[in-house]
Amino acid sequence: MSVLEKVRPGRPATAVAREPRVTDEHGRRVRAGELVWRYLLLLAVLALTVGPFLWQLSTSLKGPTEDIYGSPPRFLPGHPTLHNYARVADTIPVWDYALNSLKVAAANVVTNCAGSALAGYALARLRYRGRRVTTLVFVLAMLVPVEGIVIAQFTTMRELGLNNTLIGVVLPGAIGAMNVLLMRNAFRNLPYEIEEAAYVDGANVWQRFLRVALPSVKGTLAVVAIFAFMGAWDDFLWPLIVLSDPSKFTLTIGLNYLHGTFANDERLVAAGTVIAVAPLIALFACLQRYFFRGVGEGAVKG
Amino acid sequence: MAAPLRIKRQLPFGPWLFAAPGLLVTGAFVLYPFGSTLANSFTDRRTLVPGHFVGLANFRELLHDEMFWTGLRNSVLYILGVVPALVVLPLLLALLVRKNIPGITFFRSVFYTPVVASIVVVGLIWVWLLDERGLVNSLLESVGIGRIGFLSDQWLLLLSAMAVTVWKGLGYYMIIYMAALANVPRELHEAAAVDGAGPVRRFLSVTVPAVRSTMVLVAALSSVAAFKVFSEVYLMAGPSGGPAGEDTTLVMLVQRTGTGLTGRVGYACALSVVVFAVTVVLMLLVLRADRREES
Repeated sequence: MSVLEKVRPGRPATAVAREPRVTDEHGRRVRAGELVWRYLLLLAVLALTVGPFLWQLSTSLKGPTEDIYGSPPRFLPGHPTLHNYARVADTIPVWDYALNSLKVAAANVVTNCAGSALAGYALARLRYRGRRVTTLVFVLAMLVPVEGIVIAQFTTMRELGLNNTLIGVVLPGAIGAMNVLLMRNAFRNLPYEIEEAAYVDGANVWQRFLRVALPSVKGTLAVVAIFAFMGAWDDFLWPLIVLSDPSKFTLTIGLNYLHGTFANDERLVAAGTVIAVAPLIALFACLQRYFFRGVGEGAVKG
Repeated sequence: MAAPLRIKRQLPFGPWLFAAPGLLVTGAFVLYPFGSTLANSFTDRRTLVPGHFVGLANFRELLHDEMFWTGLRNSVLYILGVVPALVVLPLLLALLVRKNIPGITFFRSVFYTPVVASIVVVGLIWVWLLDERGLVNSLLESVGIGRIGFLSDQWLLLLSAMAVTVWKGLGYYMIIYMAALANVPRELHEAAAVDGAGPVRRFLSVTVPAVRSTMVLVAALSSVAAFKVFSEVYLMAGPSGGPAGEDTTLVMLVQRTGTGLTGRVGYACALSVVVFAVTVVLMLLVLRADRREES
């Protein structure tokens, strides 16, 4: 997704023109009038996108005596306080829930990276009877909508005695078929000659996989890792079905519980949602290009 | 170069060991549940009671179940409401953020933020915004329109949930469109401009045909996702699906019917089969529309 990564400076370093010169991606000048309405529209969309998040943040920082319902509304808290964050921790074990979410997300990253790299490598590089059938299995699995099988997944978990455990939350998505196919394509796009050279040098299949092939697909592996983390951290339907004991809740289920039980305390719910969304926004801010690359490579994820 | 070497120096069963974890998880938690969904849909299984074969009884019951028709109606309405918006608006947004003017990477990133946030967070943010006493109503009141019960009226609730789905999806499809727009030859635009075509005309007769296949892809992805909608409506309308359950969607019904200690697993699986069948039909319809337009 090179479109996103290449940023041309508005003013080329060589130009010493007095008037600031803004050029588009083809180096052609953008007229001032067009520039003005473009920025106006951008700011309007910006307000619509960020506004709701900021309003939530602002609500979470307003003290118990401050009016949050007033009309016209007050956008900034008069006396910002972290009191609501302490209160939300008194009401539900929000930090335990965050830890549960973190455990689930971390496990999901490890299993998806390891499992899909291994299987992807087998599908792309190893020759064995049944390779085509294996590929077909993953393609079919990718097409099955999760919403159509959650009930059966739940009964399967009960049969295994894993319902109401964090392992039960992780397992169904532990090695996504989609990720296996992504890794397979990444391995297939590597030039074969490098591995042949390693083979001639006497490297066995493990060494070729770990030392030669895997380091060359780090980018795709990063995409798999990030989407595995985000998918697990954000998931709602499956944990809602498989977890029933409030002490095992993940953050999303805990928030739903908080909302259902203390719906009238908007400051509290706001503080809870800020806790849930902040880590992901931070992650996104640091690793943007992998997020965008993930959309490009796996446009079928949604 | 010679044909790829035959790689012999490998452990016996080596390839299977590589594929085994993936196959195991996929088999046990996707393919087996899929098969068991089909099988259970012909039984009267409950959470704690192993079922008996009942033939097509579950499907016959569906036809007379008012809640099923409500769910189906809402899920279909969801497609009709959400898909056109998600095909068109992200394309316009992609055109807006396409030119590399100063600061544009910032705007692109921020427009993507709702995609990153959990649907639960997004749902709760909008529940508060659209609350009877929330920000939107405060603003509406201060401009003299008065307060609107977004979350108490059956239809307004569904519309609000759709708006939230669109709001959350914009950035995702924007990125898909940006990749497609990068491949539109610039000469086409210039030629059209020389011929005197205005921006609207150029959009309709140059841009749209050039990204048509991407629009079909977006329509396919968003319609399948819209039909399976659960979280937005669950959070905004509540677990019971709004006033008198009138906002229940099909997947909400699956969840409500099949879980808990008294869950009717067999019947929920029959509902799941319908969800699955409609999903397949939707994909086929969109693909067929694509092929017909091409020929």
